[in-house]
Amino acid sequence: MSTYWQNYFKKNGLALGLFMLLAVLIWTLVMIILPQLYMMDFSFRANVPPPQWGSETHVYTLEHYRYLIYGNVNSTDAINYIDLGVFGRTILASIFVTLIDVCLCYPVAYYLAHVAKGGWGRLMVMSLIIPFWVNELLRAFAFKVMFGTGGVINDVLIALGILDQPYDFIRENTALYSGLVYAYILLMIFPIYNAVESLDKNQIEAARDMGSPWWRIHWRVVIPHAKPGITSGCTMVFMLTAGALAAPQILGGPSSLWFTQLVYKWFNNSANWARGSAYALVLLILCIVFVLLMMRFFKVKLGEIAK
Amino acid sequence: MISDRIRQFFVLFFVIGFFIYLFGPLIIMGLTAFNTSAFPRVTPWECFTVEWFEVLANDKRLLEGLRNSFLIGFGVVCFAVPLGLAGALMLMQVKDRVRPWYYTVVISPILVPGVVLGISTLLFWDRVGLMFGASRDSIFYNGFFLTIVGQSTFIAAYTMLVFISRLQRFDPAQEEAALDLGATHVQSFRKVLLPFLKPAIASATVLAFLASFENYNTTVFTSIGTSVLTTVLASKVRYGIDPSISALAVSIVVLTIFGAAMHEVFKRREEAEAKQAGLVAAGLQEKKKVQRQWFVDPAVIIILLVFIAGLGTAFFAGTMGVDECKVAVKEQKQAATKKRVEALQKRNQEREAAEKAAAEAKRLERSQRTGTENFNTIFSNENLKPQPGKKADTPRTGTENFSGIFDSGNLQQQAGQEDEAPTGTENFQGIFSSDNLQQQSGQEQPETEDANQ
Repeated sequence: MSTYWQNYFKKNGLALGLFMLLAVLIWTLVMIILPQLYMMDFSFRANVPPPQWGSETHVYTLEHYRYLIYGNVNSTDAINYIDLGVFGRTILASIFVTLIDVCLCYPVAYYLAHVAKGGWGRLMVMSLIIPFWVNELLRAFAFKVMFGTGGVINDVLIALGILDQPYDFIRENTALYSGLVYAYILLMIFPIYNAVESLDKNQIEAARDMGSPWWRIHWRVVIPHAKPGITSGCTMVFMLTAGALAAPQILGGPSSLWFTQLVYKWFNNSANWARGSAYALVLLILCIVFVLLMMRFFKVKLGEIAK
Repeated sequence: MISDRIRQFFVLFFVIGFFIYLFGPLIIMGLTAFNTSAFPRVTPWECFTVEWFEVLANDKRLLEGLRNSFLIGFGVVCFAVPLGLAGALMLMQVKDRVRPWYYTVVISPILVPGVVLGISTLLFWDRVGLMFGASRDSIFYNGFFLTIVGQSTFIAAYTMLVFISRLQRFDPAQEEAALDLGATHVQSFRKVLLPFLKPAIASATVLAFLASFENYNTTVFTSIGTSVLTTVLASKVRYGIDPSISALAVSIVVLTIFGAAMHEVFKRREEAEAKQAGLVAAGLQEKKKVQRQWFVDPAVIIILLVFIAGLGTAFFAGTMGVDECKVAVKEQKQAATKKRVEALQKRNQEREAAEKAAAEAKRLERSQRTGTENFNTIFSNENLKPQPGKKADTPRTGTENFSGIFDSGNLQQQAGQEDEAPTGTENFQGIFSSDNLQQQSGQEQPETEDANQ
């Protein structure tokens, strides 16, 4: 081990070696690992006012997890239907949003990578970046403007005579789902685009020459090649959608909640930080488990994802 | 083949639809920034205006948030870019056995939901502050510090990815050569590696700043009381919206497009220069062609002109004739309202008339039923007039004894009696006392918790 450090400092010099070591230690330990561990610890503790944190009253308890599963002590329900319902709906809706994003992005990515060539194609790829740099909140706001009762969509539908009175898209969550699909669509299209673009065009031509129909070319040649890109896009979109806060806050109907909104409420409205951390931790762990399962299922490694 | 044609047409249609989906909402939001309607909407179109930009420029809270966001973005750049660089350099050197673990750890902040990162940062530094016995206004409870640290956690991972992709093309022999020639480690780092990484540093800086600037999920927890652009925006969008938010979005989009166009021009210039250098090195060309200064480059001038012309046009079109148009729209609205009111009045009148007619008919019908007819005038004024000689003489009796009944003296006495009177309710007088209420609320707590959900 000591020879390893000797080699390390010999290779980098003292000043640079120390800088790198210190920076990496601060980042991994102080910023990533310790805060997560502390949050985990905190979520198992009783909810006491801040001055008593760390004192004897700050005992370990499973109360917050029990609350998530069984609900209030006085409640007569067998399980906590409200919170677990919100949780299940968040996961299901995130899967749904991810699937829609794949279906929308794959054809476009293929088109941009292999059909549209030259200046036009390049301009199109560049223009994709613009919506990405518009704030997440403003993107949600754009959907609110469009889907509101006095919004463009309602006005157009009424003018066309399809509706005779405004339809409440916000209440029916249409606005929320379209907004979420929109919010992270670019994190889906760029990985797929990069993966598809690296495919040698000759492979497609060879398949075509041998008489393969277009759908089989995609199924047997393009999609297997683009699999890392698709998985990486799906992972990002799923995690970000499940952890989204802005879009549900702005576009969510009055009766529907997103799981992150529950976390937010425990923190800001109910001042129960411990329970908020417990909920956040559950969200984090379930997302990670889900993503790992998907990666096992599609046989993709983590290293390939973040490229 | 015909089916191929149809398919191609279909794909093209799909792609066009995709781009409409991508840009439609933004364009519509952009248009609402120029409509005088107080609610952000395109239909009905009222007047073209730039007054919402003025509203935006006078919004103190938003401006403060903007300033704080700039400061935080600057801090994040200073913090996250070196971290990402160190992380990337370290990744190139760690042993193969450690590498997957190390990589998983440093890449994880990208995948962890921003909400979780914000919460863990907040809790952790709170704990650290407690450990050092720091006061509430020390750095550990400072929104700026917490936000910079919280955001840097994942932004450093972004910048690291940028550096890794550049470092993969780096030839370590260059550094070794520098060291062999007697350079110190710091010198070789500064003169060899840093210049090679310069483009990556530039893109990492831009990426870090923009990612920090538009982050909401982490910031909403770490900013505590500090108002940051995104938190201000969130509260604005949630509780009452007006087109000045659209105006802000338009400004951001225009600046982005402008920046992207300039970036493209500079990239092309750099590429051209590199190509020239390559030609010179290969001996194909004797001398490097001197490039024009960037501010006389035609592409730059065109972009600037378009930018300025667009701004000018919008400004003039938006300020000229707005008032007249507004008046016209107001008149139109008033006329419409008046029409509606008139129609309503007319309908009411008609209804009244119909009711009257019906009542009249009824009355007539009833009056034909005689018997009451003779008494019709029994309450007429003339009959009710005092009949002199008759009433004046009658002695007032009976009621006289009670004339003093409402004397103030009597009333007071009565009141005094009444004060003592209430019984029965007495037992409930303390029902709202604070002691009772506290007890009650203690009992109710579990229920309110439910209600909070």
